[in-house]
Amino acid sequence: MIDKIFLNMTRTSALLILFIVAWIFVVLFNHSTEAMQTFGFDFITKDEWAPNLEKFGAYAAIFGSVASTFLAMLLAIPVAIGVAIFLSEIAHDRIKGFFGVSVELLAAIPSVIYGMWGLFFFVPILRDIFGGMGIGLLAAGIVLAIMILPFMAAVTRDAMNTTPDILKESAYALGGTQWDVIKDVIIPYAKAGIIGSLILALGRAIGETMAVTFVMGNVHHTPSSIMDPTTSIPVTLANEFTEADSSLYFSSLFGLALTLLIMSFVVIAVAKFYFLRKGRKEQ
Amino acid sequence: MASIIDIKDECSLHVRDFSFTYKGASAPSLKKVTMPIAKHSVTALIGPSGCGKTTLLRSFNRMHDLYPGNKYEGEIEFEGRNILDPKEDLIHLRTKIGMIFQKPTAFPMSIFDNVAYGMRLQGIKNKTELEGRVEKALQDAAIWKEVKDRLKHDANGLSGGQQQRLCIARAIAVEPEVLLFDEPTSALDPISTQGIERLVIELKERVSIIIVTHNMQQAARVSDYTGFMYLGDLIELGHTEELFVTPKEKLTQEYITGKFG
Amino acid sequence: MTATQKRIIINRIALGFSTLSAIIALAFLFWILGVLVMKGIHSISWNIFVFEGSPPGYEESGLKHALVGQLILVGLATLIGVPLGIMAGTYLSEYGKNSKLAHTIRDISDIMMSAPSIVIGAFVYAIVVMPMGHFSAWAGAIALAIIMIPIILRTTDDMLQLVPGTLREAAFALGAPKYKVIMNVVYRGAKAGILTGVLLGIARVGGETAPLLFTSFNDNFFTTDLNEAMPSLTVTMFNYAISPYDDWQQLGWAAAFILSMFILGLNIVGRLILLAGKRK
Ligand SMILES: Nc1ncnc2c1ncn2[C@@H]1O[C@H](COP(=O)(O)OP(=O)(O)OP(=O)(O)O)[C@@H](O)[C@H]1O
Ligand SMILES: [Mg+2]
Repeated sequence: MIDKIFLNMTRTSALLILFIVAWIFVVLFNHSTEAMQTFGFDFITKDEWAPNLEKFGAYAAIFGSVASTFLAMLLAIPVAIGVAIFLSEIAHDRIKGFFGVSVELLAAIPSVIYGMWGLFFFVPILRDIFGGMGIGLLAAGIVLAIMILPFMAAVTRDAMNTTPDILKESAYALGGTQWDVIKDVIIPYAKAGIIGSLILALGRAIGETMAVTFVMGNVHHTPSSIMDPTTSIPVTLANEFTEADSSLYFSSLFGLALTLLIMSFVVIAVAKFYFLRKGRKEQ
Repeated sequence: MASIIDIKDECSLHVRDFSFTYKGASAPSLKKVTMPIAKHSVTALIGPSGCGKTTLLRSFNRMHDLYPGNKYEGEIEFEGRNILDPKEDLIHLRTKIGMIFQKPTAFPMSIFDNVAYGMRLQGIKNKTELEGRVEKALQDAAIWKEVKDRLKHDANGLSGGQQQRLCIARAIAVEPEVLLFDEPTSALDPISTQGIERLVIELKERVSIIIVTHNMQQAARVSDYTGFMYLGDLIELGHTEELFVTPKEKLTQEYITGKFG
Repeated sequence: MTATQKRIIINRIALGFSTLSAIIALAFLFWILGVLVMKGIHSISWNIFVFEGSPPGYEESGLKHALVGQLILVGLATLIGVPLGIMAGTYLSEYGKNSKLAHTIRDISDIMMSAPSIVIGAFVYAIVVMPMGHFSAWAGAIALAIIMIPIILRTTDDMLQLVPGTLREAAFALGAPKYKVIMNVVYRGAKAGILTGVLLGIARVGGETAPLLFTSFNDNFFTTDLNEAMPSLTVTMFNYAISPYDDWQQLGWAAAFILSMFILGLNIVGRLILLAGKRK
């Protein structure tokens, strides 16, 4: 009797997660139908976003999301791989422990703090170097890169650490240098895990709000240079959700949210199912 | 008290008063081991688990150096120099002294690239030379017939026994002087084990072989000399037939008659 | 130059680059940490814990409202999210095991773990704030709970699976019903791991700003009414930081410092519990 109740309670909780995910999609979809019916494909291909004219084209925000994430990846990936190599192969035990834990703790710091640092300390430097406001695509890409770096380095290191010692030793036993072993054995062996980790980090970066809200500018305008202020989907949502004053405006914002959710779902699903499937158990 | 025979033939390695202590360990894992290794012959190392066989084997190619903090004392002479010297060129040493591990360790690349790996590290780029030497190594490792049609395939598609022979091919392709085997058949089935044992015997024409094994029959089948180790000491080193039939030390006798271990 | 010499040089260069990137990364990260600590210590004072928010320029302004609001929001989210997460994880590990349904739930939950949190905020806005007609602490807590559930679910599932099957069998052999075996044997065996999961889950949602922006919204005054908008450290920090007023910005840094210490503390305690559990 109690056994049955217990089973049903736990099963309901487990099913609840599927239900919530489905519900999120349905709700976002329903609320964005008005915008989709009004604008059709123009919603994602036009970049005119003029609430006073009831015109909503999400292209600039989508472009900003993709461009800032791309820039962040471009900057973060080489450094993260370098850090991961350092942590798994170069550092001695004690440094490895200290450094490894610092990286993991830094990954836990709220992203809003990276954003505040970016606004108060990093943007002024960009302003001094490049002139202009300092706020814009480049600032967003850099702050995003720094924010995602600890997570990316930690998961990449974990992927590299799955390489069996005996395999590395075999390459050393043939006269390989450390770098030979890294590039010929560790990276090929852990390739799927490494790529999966990087994509997982990409998934996080694309949905990141607070690290970039401060430094992007929130201007609905497709940037012509990386110094231009622009916006992204999360930045638009963060800035405008509480200001929306018409049902079409709201609907367009929900349309943005749905677009973002689909983008991140696809990216994360690719990382999980295509690259990280095998390594699931070890994770 | 240890009974070490004097080897009349030429020796490839000479271990003298060699002690080894792992990082952080309070006592050495090898205590003043002295041991000649005869050239072009097979020397087996036997003894109960934890007696230091692997530790000794991994000293010959300075594998312990991959993990900082371990301590070597004494001397291992090879080609007229002490290879324990901190200035020893480990890359060069490891091309001269190859190693085969407990489990097959095929690299995540094609069969051909696996065998060519060591040669490529040495800068051999010429395609015909590489192809010739890869084929020769695979033939010497008695696996050529099985893989010649799929050299470009991923090496991890081979069976365990095939992978182990591939690893042997990879090791002999760089023409080492000495080959170290650490329980090379412990992960293999009896048929594959037979194949590896036959190979070990054939290979001694060209290289000196040291093989660690838990299996006394295996030691008896493949080796010319056998060393019995116990708690970090080399108790006895002798001709294999003599050691197994008329051991000089009481401990050796107790071990080979199965009284402990 | 021989091939080997060339390799040795390339090795040095490559390892040098790797070490350099580690140093650069660490320099940036410690720069941020340094700013946080310097600014935080500089701005922190007793007033912060005593006074509520006030217009810029007032001496007597603090973060009491945001601190209490933060605790209420995270506490409420924990009360909702932890039981659901633990029960769902229990189902996966003890009943679902390798069934297709269990794997589907695991996969979807894993994806949810990395879903953009601002989208969760939009969702809760639609299902809670819109029907109610106004922002509320409930809405914020629900948004945080939705983010928390997949984290707790995953760690519970993993930790329960680590409990050896022989322990369960021994309890079953004594004739205990399944729920008792789970409650008395399995949970006990996985206690440390589950607790760590809960602490890391709390730490994770404690730092969330985006999902609160339009659910619990913000308020510059002290309130404990769950049906009203409620201030939080994160949203307060955001609003103060983008304000043009010096003293508000200072309060923003103080909030950032307090929150980060809280989250780092939870992370460290969580790790220590796990370590202590492993040693046993
Ligand atoms: N990395 C290490 N750090 C510290 N001590 C070690 C390490 N590896 C081995 N030892 C110790 O050194 C001793 C010798 O170990 P070794 O692995 O050489 O034994 P073995 O004869 O090869 O045993 P087996 O037959 O089980 O392989 C053992 O007491 C072991 O506990
Ligand atoms: Mg051994």
